[in-house]
Amino acid sequence: MADSHPQSSQAQPSQDCLELVDGSRVAVIGGGPAGSFASYFLLEMADRADLEIDVEIYEPRDFSCVAPGGCNMCGGIISETLVQNLAAEGINLPDTVVQRGIESYVLHMDVGTVRIETPIEEKRIAAVYRGAGPRDIQVRKWGSFDHHLEELAVARGAHVTRGRVTEISIDNGRPCLAVKGGEPQSYDLLVAAVGVNSPALKLFKELDFGYEPPQTTKTFIREYFFGEEVIAETLGDSMHVFLLNIPRLEFAAIIPKGDYVSVCLLGDAIDKELIDAFLNSDEVRDCMPDDWVPEPRSCQCSPKIAVKGALQPYGDRIVFVGDCGVTRLYKDGIGAAYKTAKACATTAVFEGISEEAFRRHYAPILKTILRDNAIGKVTFSGTKLIQMMPFARRAMLRMTQKEQSIPGRHKDISQVLWDMFTGSAAYLEIFTRAIHPRLLGRLSWELLAAVVPGKRSHP
Amino acid sequence: MRKQSIEKGALGKVYQDGEIITRQGDVGKVMYVIQKGKVDILVERDGHETLLRVAEEGEFLGEMAIFDHEVRSATLRAQGEVKVLTIDKKNFLKRIHVDPSLAFKIVQTMSQRVRELGDEVARLRG
Repeated sequence: MADSHPQSSQAQPSQDCLELVDGSRVAVIGGGPAGSFASYFLLEMADRADLEIDVEIYEPRDFSCVAPGGCNMCGGIISETLVQNLAAEGINLPDTVVQRGIESYVLHMDVGTVRIETPIEEKRIAAVYRGAGPRDIQVRKWGSFDHHLEELAVARGAHVTRGRVTEISIDNGRPCLAVKGGEPQSYDLLVAAVGVNSPALKLFKELDFGYEPPQTTKTFIREYFFGEEVIAETLGDSMHVFLLNIPRLEFAAIIPKGDYVSVCLLGDAIDKELIDAFLNSDEVRDCMPDDWVPEPRSCQCSPKIAVKGALQPYGDRIVFVGDCGVTRLYKDGIGAAYKTAKACATTAVFEGISEEAFRRHYAPILKTILRDNAIGKVTFSGTKLIQMMPFARRAMLRMTQKEQSIPGRHKDISQVLWDMFTGSAAYLEIFTRAIHPRLLGRLSWELLAAVVPGKRSHP
Repeated sequence: MRKQSIEKGALGKVYQDGEIITRQGDVGKVMYVIQKGKVDILVERDGHETLLRVAEEGEFLGEMAIFDHEVRSATLRAQGEVKVLTIDKKNFLKRIHVDPSLAFKIVQTMSQRVRELGDEVARLRG
């Protein structure tokens, strides 16, 4: 736990030293994936550099509790790329946390359904709960993903203070913070990992170094209890994604977990009308159990997600990681938390904790994500066009069905859709694949076949 | 919490006792991380099979294929039921170019193995 008394100035390194040195103290506000990754990698990098630092995580929630007390409001998909990157880091996700390994994606459209199998015969996408599960959970068979990461950070040497930070200030050039009723604590570095749904975000606005939180939009997540057997008979080990021509609906997915399924919607101004239109659509009913009705549900939430990056997410002795800094558009937010947290830790340990050090070594990583998001917007616009045109949906469906059913056929559009849905690849990579001449040629043919009456689609 | 036997539903691929994960002489485009169980590392020479060692949970295997263009130097065989996660060479190398420190654990593992081989050579010569 945190020392209840501020450290004496004699014990602290020089105030002008904008580097982490032996005895430096780091506060990480937020114990979600970004905060836990930042703590873990700060300690890991410090160890590699033979540096002894103290890392304190401030997190009011206990993620081992059932919702909403332990929930971090997210679809709970860990991408293929992140699973592999973490394994290479020596961080393996145990069966006690992974509720289901996803082996295929099923794309549902009004013109038909197609299953896209994983490119290799292996489950490398994890469906998890960020907390310990929905509020009506009866038997806790799996643990929380966020709690697992927090425990990894603690095992690496981080300390956790279960309290909400209510004050942040800069005192004599150093960040100071206090939890409700506690003494202010002075730190050498403050890592903000508060996401975009925490009230703590507004505390940073008063620090006056130019930080502006990211622009956000609301999503919708609802949980249903089906039980393992019913899920095995219906949704299986597949994530079900929907491209439906419902006004304002951008993207929808149904993710099977252990005993529950998560319904996730992305769109503009999601309201009851949009939710009902989606849940009552034939495509959703077809993949749900026969006797399923949209109500009652286990629980639901409308968390915000960032759609643009924060302005000036770093300064002297302060840096923002994860959603409250820069994240990926719509997909793989946990992957972005890992990347930004690790880049922040590497910069802080090896390059320094000044605004200049973060600008030179941390900002390029953020810019790469932001540039890729711009390409992602173009890619999603393409998806939106397909959503709106029935003949385009038919063409895409036929092309994907052929790729999946004809042995040895290049999986051009299947790979594009797989990467789009899984969040495994950068948007630039997806876009480059999508404009490959072979894909465009075949798609043009299918488009022709879909609009010209009597035109036969070649095999 | 979940029972400790290997779950078919979670991450990775399950191999049964005696099943070959990769064979000596194969071209390798992935490396492996053992998620659960033990793996025999075998070398075949002149029709004879020699057990080099037994790899445990959490270990990296086949990592040399990531960095060189040689064929697999050993056969990996499941000892009992084993669950293994594969890491793609292409994606991994792409990520290393952005974040070289991602290779640190693998370099650490290789360094440890060089040390063990050095000890083994010294023991054989002694």
